[in-house]
Amino acid sequence: MMIETENICKSYGKIQAVKSWSISVKANEIYGLIGPDGAGKTTLFRLLTTVLLPDSGKGVVAGYDIVKDFRQIRKEIGYMPGRFSLYEDLTVKENLQFFATVFSTTIEENMHLIKDIYSQLEKFSSRKAGKLSGGMKQKLALCCALIHSPKVLFLDEPTTGVDVVSRREFWQMLKRLKQEGITIIVSTPYMDEAEMCDSIALVNQGEFLRIDTPNGIVSSFDKTLFSVKSNKMHQLLNDLKQYSNALSAFSFGESIHLKVNSPTIKQDLSSYLSDKGHSELEIQEIKPNIEDCFMAMTSM
Amino acid sequence: MKTFISFVRKEFLHILRDKTTLLIMFAMPIVMIILFSYAISTEVKNISVAVLDFSKDEQTNRIIEKFNQNKYFQIKQYLTTNKEIEVAFKEKKINLVMVFSENFAENMLHTHEASIQLLADGSEANSGAMYIGYAQGVLGSYLKEINSDAGATQSFQIQTNSTMLYNPQSKSEYNFVPGVIGMMLLLLNAMMSSIAIVREKERGTMELLLASPMPPIQIILSKTIPYLTLSSITLLLVLVFAHFVVGVPINGSVGLLLLLCLLYIFTALSMGLLISTVMQTQISAMLVSGMVLMLPTIMLSGMVFPIESMPNILQWLSCIVPARWFISALRKIMIQGVDITAVSTEFLILIGMVVLYLIIALKKFKIRLQ
Amino acid sequence: MLYGNDFNVIANVSKVIYKTKHINSQLSKEKQNNKTTMTNDDIIQVKDLTKQFGKFTAVNHITFNVKKGEIFGFLGANGAGKTTAMRMLCGLSYPTSGKGLVAGFDISKQQEMVKKNIGYMSQKFSLYEDLKVWENFSLFGGIYGMNRKEIKDRTDKMLKELNFENERNAMVSSLPLGWKQKLAFSLSIFHNPKIVFLDEPTGGVDPITRRQFWEMIYAAADRGITVFVTTHYMDESEYCDRVSIMVDGRIDALDTPQNLKNLYSAKDMYDVFLYLARTAKRS
Repeated sequence: MMIETENICKSYGKIQAVKSWSISVKANEIYGLIGPDGAGKTTLFRLLTTVLLPDSGKGVVAGYDIVKDFRQIRKEIGYMPGRFSLYEDLTVKENLQFFATVFSTTIEENMHLIKDIYSQLEKFSSRKAGKLSGGMKQKLALCCALIHSPKVLFLDEPTTGVDVVSRREFWQMLKRLKQEGITIIVSTPYMDEAEMCDSIALVNQGEFLRIDTPNGIVSSFDKTLFSVKSNKMHQLLNDLKQYSNALSAFSFGESIHLKVNSPTIKQDLSSYLSDKGHSELEIQEIKPNIEDCFMAMTSM
Repeated sequence: MKTFISFVRKEFLHILRDKTTLLIMFAMPIVMIILFSYAISTEVKNISVAVLDFSKDEQTNRIIEKFNQNKYFQIKQYLTTNKEIEVAFKEKKINLVMVFSENFAENMLHTHEASIQLLADGSEANSGAMYIGYAQGVLGSYLKEINSDAGATQSFQIQTNSTMLYNPQSKSEYNFVPGVIGMMLLLLNAMMSSIAIVREKERGTMELLLASPMPPIQIILSKTIPYLTLSSITLLLVLVFAHFVVGVPINGSVGLLLLLCLLYIFTALSMGLLISTVMQTQISAMLVSGMVLMLPTIMLSGMVFPIESMPNILQWLSCIVPARWFISALRKIMIQGVDITAVSTEFLILIGMVVLYLIIALKKFKIRLQ
Repeated sequence: MLYGNDFNVIANVSKVIYKTKHINSQLSKEKQNNKTTMTNDDIIQVKDLTKQFGKFTAVNHITFNVKKGEIFGFLGANGAGKTTAMRMLCGLSYPTSGKGLVAGFDISKQQEMVKKNIGYMSQKFSLYEDLKVWENFSLFGGIYGMNRKEIKDRTDKMLKELNFENERNAMVSSLPLGWKQKLAFSLSIFHNPKIVFLDEPTGGVDPITRRQFWEMIYAAADRGITVFVTTHYMDESEYCDRVSIMVDGRIDALDTPQNLKNLYSAKDMYDVFLYLARTAKRS
C-alpha cells in the first residue's frame, strides 16, 4: 500500500471536514477522490501531505507516518494544491528551476518525466506564470509537482474550472505518468472523470459514501434505470417525479434518468406518460454511470 | 546551500519585478531627507556678535578685525565681565559671544595653542549651529593666514570651545537626521519583510513550501537577504546625500557607522519577519508594522522628544524601541565622533534584539497550516 | 425585421425545431432561428464586438443576438475569450471596437444603465460571507435602489421559494456550498433584472444541487428573465435554448443543441465541443 489511513478525522471548529475516513491506495494506481466542494477532499490532501495535523486516526504515506515522519514524507511526495500556487511574477522556467532546487535536484535530471508536458510549455518558458492561460498554468503546476520524481503525486482538483478538452488531455497525461510508476491520488468534483481512475472513493460533506473500482460501484446499483425522452421535456421531468413507481428522476443532458425498482414497469410507464399527453416517447433501460450512483447514494 | 541561494535569487526576482516596492525602497528615503534639508538650510546673515576679550592683545585684535570685515558678522558690543553675557543675549539680541582667554597671543606664540570660547544662542537650534559653524570658518581662515605667514616650521592652533545656550542637548536639525534615518530604516525594512512571508501564505505558495523538504530557517533567512542588500544601497544613498548635499557632518569612523546601520537594518528585518509569521494577510501585516511600529518609533525613540524629559514609565517603555538605541548610537558616532567603546551598550542591546526576534519568529513559524 | 412572406418559412422551420424537442416555452421557440435579424425582442445585440490587449485579440469580431426569455449557453475552452466578452457585455470593460446593446443600452456608452438592468453571479464572488442571509438581500436591494418595503416583501417571497425561511438569520459562511449558490442566484435576480449573467454557476456543486439550480434557471426564464450562462458541464449545455461556442476569440458555432449535434453528426454536446475546441490554435 502506498497510502493508508485509518479512521482519520479533522474538524474546523464545529464543522467536521473529514469524518473517520479509512482509505488505502495501492502502489502505482490512479486513485480518485470524487465528490462536490465541501466534501473534505482538500482537507484529506492536506493531512496526507503533512501540512495539517489530524485530530485523531492514523495515516501512512509511502511507509511513513504522517505525523511523526513528516520530514521524510515531504521529500517523497509531489503536491499540486487546488488553487494555482506558483509564483505568478516568476517565469515558467524560473518557477521550474526554483522547485527543482527546493528538492535538491535539477530540471535536466527528471526531464524524462515531464518531457511530454513541458514540450507544450517550452515556447512560453520566459513568460511570467501569471500571464499563462488556465490550461497552461495547470500544466506548469503539474511539471513543478513532478520535478523531483516523487513516489506519490497528490493532485487536488486539478481539472476544476478547466474545459472538457483540456480535462481530457490532462487525464491522458496522468495515464502516462502512471506508466512511469508513479502513484497518483487525484480529487475531482466531475463525476465523469471517475471512469479514468483505477479505484475511487465517493465522498460528500465529510462522509465516506463508498470505495470501489468504478465498475464495482456501477454494478452495485441494484435498481433499474430508464432514460426517458419525449416532446415536452420540461413537463416530462415534473410528470416523472409524480409517477407513483418513480424512486427518483433527474435530468441528464438531453434525457431524463428515472430510477425504478424493476424493469417490468416499462409498459406501465409508457401508458402513464401517454395519458399525460407526451408523444415521441423514447424509453430505454440504461446502465447507470457514476453520477447516477452518486445521486442515488446522496438522495436517500 | 544551493537551495538557499536559489531561494534568495527568487526573493530578489520578486522584489525587482515589483515596481512599487522598489520605488518605496529608494525614492521615499531621498524624499524624506530632501524635506528635512529644507528645514535645515535657512540662510543666516548679520550675526550680531559680542566680544569678551580678557587678553586684548595684537592677536585678538586681528581676529576681531577679521570678524568685522566679514559680511555675515557685525560686532555689536564689547563686554567686560562674564556676567554681562547673559544680559547681552537676553536684552541686546546678541547671537554669538566670543570669549578670548587671558594671554591669548602669548599662548599662541609659546604653546602654539590658544583657546576661544564661542557661545551661541541655541534657542533656534538650527541657526545656533550655523553661527558657530560660520565663526569657526572665519577662525579657520585666520589660522591659515598666520600659519602660512609663519612658514612650514610652525603651526598655530586655536582651540574653540563652543556651547549652545538655551538648548543644553545642543540638539539641532543635524541631530534630526539620525532620527529620520532610524525611523526610515525601521519602517522600510519591517514593513517590506513583514509582508514577505505573508504574501506566500496569501498566494497559497506557502502550502507548497510546507509540503516540500525546505527547512523553515532557510525560508525565513532567505527572505532577509534581498532586503538587507537593497536597504544597504538605500542607506549609502541617504548617507551620501545627507553628508554632501545637506551637509550633515560625519565625525566618527565611517566603518563603525556602517556596521551600526547594518545591525539596525537586521533588527528591523527580523522584527518584520516576526510579524509576518504571526499575521495571515498582507494588509494586516502592513497595518501592524506600519501603525504599531511607527508611533513608538516617532514618540519614544528620542527622535522628536528628548528621552530624559519623559515620564519614568515612558522612559522604561522607550528601552524596548530599537530606534532609541540606534538613534542614540548614530548621533554619538556621526556628530560626536566617538569610538566603539562609547556605543557598546547600544550595539549589545541591538544584537540581543535581533537574536530574540529571530528565535521567536522561528518558534512561531508553523511547519503546518493553521 | 420580419416581413409577411417570411412567416411561412419561419413557421416551417420552427416546426422542425419543435420536433427536435426542447425544454422551454413555445413562445421563444418560434423565434429561434432568425439569427441575423435584429428585432425588438433581442435583449442582447452584438455586432463585430472586439477586444484587444496590445497585440493580442482576446475577442475577435463576434456577432450574435440573444432573445428575451432565452437561456443562452456561452461555451468555450479556457482562454477562448468568454470571460473577456462577458465583461464587456456587463459594462465592466470597454470594447476596442464593435457595438453591443444589452437590455437596450449601449455597452460602450451607457455602462451604468447596463449595470442597472442586469444581474450577475459568478462562482468566485457572489455573497458576503460575513453577513447574514437577510442582510445580503437587503444590501443588494439597497444597491439597486429598492425601498424597504419592496426589499422586505421580495426577501420573504424568495426565501419561501427557496425553502430557506429558517436560514434567514444564518451567517452565509455557515451554509453548504450548494445552498450558497442557490442563494447567490436568487440575489442576482433580486432586483428583477431583464437579463442575468451566470459565470460557471455550478462549478464544484454536487449533482443534485446542480439540477435543482437548473430548475431555478428555468423558473427565472419562465418569468421572462433572459439567462446568459457559461459552464464546463456539457450536460448542462443541453439544457440551454441556444448554445454558442467560442474558439480563439471567435464564435464558431451558434444554434440549438440539437441542430449543433446534427450539424457535426455528434452524439452529444461533448463531442460537438471537442470537435470545435480541437480546431483552436492559441493556448
